[in-house]
Amino acid sequence: MEKTTNISPIIEIKDLKKSFINNHVLNGFSMQLNKGESLVIMGKSGSGKSVMIRCLIGLMQPDSGIVKIMNKNIVNLERNDLDNLRTEIGFLFQGSALYDSMTVRENLEFPLRKKKLSAKEKETLVSDALESVGLPETVNLIPNELSGGMKRRVALARAIILKPKIIIYDEPTTGLDPITSKEITQLMKEIQLKYGTSSLVITHDIDCARVISDRMILLIDGINYKEGTFKELSSSNDKRIQAFFK
Amino acid sequence: MKPFQFYNKIKNFFIEIGELAYFAGRFFKEFFTRPFEFKELLRQCYTMGNRSLILVGVTGFILGLVFSLQTRPTLMKFGAESWMPSMVSISIIRELGPVIFALICAGKISSGIGAELGSMRVTEQIDAMEVSGTNPFKYLVVTRILAATLMLPLLIIFGDAIALFGSALVENLRGDVSFQLYFIKVFKALHFSDIIPATVKSFFFGFAIGLVGCFKGYNCEKGTVGVGEASNSAVVYTSMLLFIIDFIAVFVSDILFEI
Repeated sequence: MEKTTNISPIIEIKDLKKSFINNHVLNGFSMQLNKGESLVIMGKSGSGKSVMIRCLIGLMQPDSGIVKIMNKNIVNLERNDLDNLRTEIGFLFQGSALYDSMTVRENLEFPLRKKKLSAKEKETLVSDALESVGLPETVNLIPNELSGGMKRRVALARAIILKPKIIIYDEPTTGLDPITSKEITQLMKEIQLKYGTSSLVITHDIDCARVISDRMILLIDGINYKEGTFKELSSSNDKRIQAFFK
Repeated sequence: MKPFQFYNKIKNFFIEIGELAYFAGRFFKEFFTRPFEFKELLRQCYTMGNRSLILVGVTGFILGLVFSLQTRPTLMKFGAESWMPSMVSISIIRELGPVIFALICAGKISSGIGAELGSMRVTEQIDAMEVSGTNPFKYLVVTRILAATLMLPLLIIFGDAIALFGSALVENLRGDVSFQLYFIKVFKALHFSDIIPATVKSFFFGFAIGLVGCFKGYNCEKGTVGVGEASNSAVVYTSMLLFIIDFIAVFVSDILFEI
């Protein structure tokens, strides 16, 4: 599938604020992710990236602000509506978050529970997803039998099994060796092209950001400090921005 | 301990009690709303029941043996060996069995749930479940509490039976009492007023075991250290709660059955 980027936003965050007692993590963060676009958000550890995505997918309630996914403000959404909306979003966790007690097949079938699918249809979806990440032979293994890179791939397969419109990656290459990091980055790119998804990537990995990003946001002091393409930001003279690209 | 530290400890204790009560309330709310996770409930029932069977069986057998061996000499002094089946059966069915087997299950089931859910929490597996459109409270918590509530009475009945068998074995070997005679005496001695309160309270024991284990694990924080703490404090809190429930159950059954 050819990559298409429309200007219509699929995710929109406006003036997002979140604090923990006296620690103001997000101080009015705003962003928008357009259809088919790949947006990378970079920031130092503790800058509020994870809090931002937790607010985005409804795992955390923001103090104030608007969080819209496909034009629905998720802050006031009912539980069932939120669950339905979440089926349109794939999420790759930093630590893969595969269910330890389940096989790879069961892990992949888990998001399909609410869909009324036959065993054969489920089997096809599982095979397709595992083929996409290059691990069809792992279907009967349990997560403990997989390497770190394989776990990340299986988690990616689980994230794409429902063919979501949006995929959110939380530090997808953290903790992996450079070769595996490159493979995962390449895979992310391929998946975006194959399924035409919009991607929101939280990362510290400059190589990953260069390959994957259409646009980048630097999150500093709880706000979107600077926005632009990788080229624009990497050639900036601002010392705070330069620190990320050294 | 400084006064404000003591005050904070007391305050935190009551906050935790409040949170546990809220957690229990959420369990009842989720329990009565769709969808029902029957498959996971059955899996949990099988896991809890099957995996605790040997432990409860061995403990019950030794309990019966030791209880009879220890009591026999005293009864013999008064020439009251014939009271042995009645005394052992009433003690085990009414009090010893439910409390001991519930404590054993608190160590096995409650700490297991605490550790399992705790590690799921710190490795973001619970978040992953939430994000994939499944209600993790319903899937993980409701099924486990319900499974513990249903399985504990069965485990206690099984443990009681094995304990009585252990006791019968001692009587058979030491006192030449046949198994048949022993169990005839046991059933003559037991009344519904012994069995019903014990069975009813074992449901509450099961609920407490599941509830505290899930509460500690589901709200686990502080990484891997937190998992250990969740598992450990699940056993401590459950054990305390079991004695409180036991006291209330004995008090209430005392009034209802006028023993």
